Amino acid sequence: MLKEGFEGNRIPSGCAVSGIFSKSGERIPGDKIIKSIAIMHERSNGLGGGFAGYGIYPEYKDIYAFHIFYNNSRAKSESESCLEENFEIASMSVMPTRPIPEITDSPIIWRYFVNPKKRSLEESQLDELEFVARFVTKVNSNIDGAYIFSSGKNMGVFKAVGYPEDVGVFYKLEEYAGYSWTAHGRYPTNTPGWWGGAHPFALLDYTIVHNGEISSYDANRRHIEMFGYKCNLLTDTEVITYIIDYLVRRVGLTLQETANVIAAPFWSTISRCSEEEKNRLTYLRNVFAGLLINGPFSIILGFNGGMMALNDRLKLRSMVVAEKGDMGYVASEESAIRIIEPDLDRIWAPEGGEPVIFTLNGGEQKCR
Amino acid sequence: MPINYIFPDFEVRRDQDRCIACRACERQCANEVHRYDEDLKKMVADESKCVNCHRCVSLCPTRAIKIVKTDNAFKENANWTGTLISDIYRQAESGGMLSTSMGNPTPLPVYWDRILINASQVTNPSIDPLREPMEIRTFIGQKPDSIKRDENGRIITDTTPQLELSVPIMFSAMSYGSISYNAHESLARAATELGTFYNTGEGGLHKDFYQYGPNTIVQVASGRFGVHKKYLEAGAAIEIKMGQGAKPGIGGHLPGAKIPADVARTRMIPEGTDAISPAPHHDIYSIEDLRQLVFSLKEATDYKKPVFVKIAAVHNVAAIASGIARSGADAVVIDGFRGGTGSAPTRIRDNVGIPIELALASVDQRLRDEGIRHRLSLIVAGSVRSSADVVKAIALGADAVYIGTGALIALGCHLCRTCYTGKCNWGIATQRPELVKRLNPNVGYQRLVNLVTAWSHEMKEMMGGMGINSIEALRGNRLMLRGVGLNETELRILGIKHAGE
Amino acid sequence: MKRVYVNEEWCLGCHLCEYYCAFANSHVNDMAKALKGKEIHPNIRIEEKGDISFAVSCRHCKDPLCVKSCISGALSIDDGVVRINRDKCVGCYTCVLVCPYGAILPSPSGVMQKCELCVENEGGMPNCVMHCPNSAIVFEER
Repeated sequence: MLKEGFEGNRIPSGCAVSGIFSKSGERIPGDKIIKSIAIMHERSNGLGGGFAGYGIYPEYKDIYAFHIFYNNSRAKSESESCLEENFEIASMSVMPTRPIPEITDSPIIWRYFVNPKKRSLEESQLDELEFVARFVTKVNSNIDGAYIFSSGKNMGVFKAVGYPEDVGVFYKLEEYAGYSWTAHGRYPTNTPGWWGGAHPFALLDYTIVHNGEISSYDANRRHIEMFGYKCNLLTDTEVITYIIDYLVRRVGLTLQETANVIAAPFWSTISRCSEEEKNRLTYLRNVFAGLLINGPFSIILGFNGGMMALNDRLKLRSMVVAEKGDMGYVASEESAIRIIEPDLDRIWAPEGGEPVIFTLNGGEQKCR
Repeated sequence: MPINYIFPDFEVRRDQDRCIACRACERQCANEVHRYDEDLKKMVADESKCVNCHRCVSLCPTRAIKIVKTDNAFKENANWTGTLISDIYRQAESGGMLSTSMGNPTPLPVYWDRILINASQVTNPSIDPLREPMEIRTFIGQKPDSIKRDENGRIITDTTPQLELSVPIMFSAMSYGSISYNAHESLARAATELGTFYNTGEGGLHKDFYQYGPNTIVQVASGRFGVHKKYLEAGAAIEIKMGQGAKPGIGGHLPGAKIPADVARTRMIPEGTDAISPAPHHDIYSIEDLRQLVFSLKEATDYKKPVFVKIAAVHNVAAIASGIARSGADAVVIDGFRGGTGSAPTRIRDNVGIPIELALASVDQRLRDEGIRHRLSLIVAGSVRSSADVVKAIALGADAVYIGTGALIALGCHLCRTCYTGKCNWGIATQRPELVKRLNPNVGYQRLVNLVTAWSHEMKEMMGGMGINSIEALRGNRLMLRGVGLNETELRILGIKHAGE
Repeated sequence: MKRVYVNEEWCLGCHLCEYYCAFANSHVNDMAKALKGKEIHPNIRIEEKGDISFAVSCRHCKDPLCVKSCISGALSIDDGVVRINRDKCVGCYTCVLVCPYGAILPSPSGVMQKCELCVENEGGMPNCVMHCPNSAIVFEER
């Protein structure tokens, strides 16, 4: 059977998502998010789970943390020589894991703290983020058996094939603490058998956990690939991540504008807006038409300093949002929030296409 | 009298038990096939004149007439078919090129029919267009590479000129001259009511139709017939016609018989003279010349109109389209080898050019490979026959389609392929007043509106089935397509997988 | 009231209206059976000369001269429709003479005949209107 992402194999899946965010920057231990996602056990089928934590590497906060899966030592040495060529490596080690019977067939997992070499960066004539993004894309598409699944600063992705609560235990998440966490439990319709296919999907500090199957996949993929991205995994999450990276980092749209592109309001809604708003929304729909995402999705976008939750334009997937003091919560089901915070100030179901954005210390609702 | 080698292709079968000798067939046949014989007291027919246009069949009140293929046959020969033999007889007699009309009828592959569409099951809900919004509005025009903001951080929403289509189906270029006044009126009014566009073709714009300018695409072709400043300003967009799918590489010839005073005035040529469009534009011998014409037209219209460039689908179409994308054009129109024509040399129509499905797939992919697909819109033409073809075209990567033959069929055309005779019994491809009046535009425009409305309902159903509620999510979404019975090369070019994969 | 109107611009002179009229008034269920080999006497007739043609039938005038002049009371107005009672008609031809449109004609039986707006059919409109191939004959309120 073909593995996901190989020779054009694409596997649809259903899912559970959860996110916790401390607007005051309080560091939340990783076992809290495990507790939240675990309650939605029935929404996963043991074929993929994962987490993204922000603010988890304060000692290396200005350095890119690469988490890499290797299928074999050849892929590792090839990748490392590539890495050494382009980056200063501040630290490198095997990813700390705890062997448990629920998680098997682990690839070799390494973690590197790196910064681009000044000379390599200058020669590339790219800005630093673009340099790093291109490096990640290059390794993932060109080195067989190597896969960089986390590449941001002061954040990290932890994912595997298995139920998310087991994945959390495997990666010893209780040893990490951060101001923002997202989690994902996967329910693919057949066995992907590959760790890279689990969520969150990440590029730089953007991470996406996603529940849904987007029907616009190939339209989006073929559009975004024009701008240097390479969709190797053929997962919806991967393409959504690239779209957000493109719109926010490269085009310079705000998160609200990004939401207006990917979950654009209907023309009938636009026609009822003020003239200025109508022009703005029409412009975004027209100019970025190829990046409209169709089909059911609920996504949580994590990034340094913030989190955005968004539903598809018809709200075909469940998603609730809640607040308690400085804490913000997002989950596929209310139970996943209540289990970690029974006494909430406010809980609501955002409308389709209506983004909910939490930011650190009242920061701007902008990724960068 | 020399031997007549040509045996009629058809027989007119009349059920004499049904025929009431009302003589409607006789009155309605411009080819003078039917006649009432006073002595025999019944209707008789001369099938040698019959073109099988079905005017008599459709109007016969008792359904007494049918036209059947003759069973008179040459000795069976898989190589020398009856058609080829008859063609040789004709040419041996006339010494001329064979003329024909409408699109290529030969049994070459129709890729649309080898492509199947997806639908959602379980993991992704289908969407019911009767209950949820289903959006097919489409913009044609260049999309910018980056955004600009004003001092308050608001996005500046100026774009280069765009056409807004309520439905991604437009009516192809068909000139006044090749088709009738009433056919043009039907197209213009239908486009206006539907919120889409029709195209003047290379025949100028009749003064009566300037009122439909906001829904008109004015064409500039190699003969420059009917082109003047007011004409350019009248349209919503300008199309430079470099080629036509039915006859790539050659020009056009509208015989003087189809150029009465009104057509002559609109084309700005003397009445009754042949209107001959040269094969190339004599001011465009390369891509840099095209760029100059694109910008000349933009200058002439104050950069307010999108400029399209229409080319025939030929072997290196992807490279040509890529050149056009860099020429400042706002849209490229690709016309496939099955596209219609009022008149073309038979051998050219049937042997030159490539299928639109393959041309579209390779152009769209090339423009994406070069990262410039968003710089211009891609419109395809050349035998888009149903809403399913439209859906497949858009999923392969088109922004919109042009329909010509389909629109004419809605107006009554029966594809008898004798437009060049100017004796169209349906009032479409003729300038004879008694024939032109047979197409009542009040009826014709409504039939076009009905057709496109019906197609858009069907498109919405198919989109909903795929879990798509906006046309932009279908555009270029090749994963929604599968090939059946195609070889690996065909699948590779189309960029789709085989059914079952 | 809806009446039959004819738009000369779209009349093709195909004469089909005459046959459909004759069929409708034959009260036979098959057109070939009704009309084959017979001379027809329709209530609508094509007038034509050169390139011009148009159909003529009763206008169902508001103040009809035919009804006024009928000496036997055979012609009457019924809900706006001018009708003829063939049993009362004595064949004096006065109506034929006074009708400015030539819309009343003698029938083969000697009594007069005219259009009585045959709308009691599936289409709910006169047969000539329903079958005009170019919508030159219309049935509408004006």
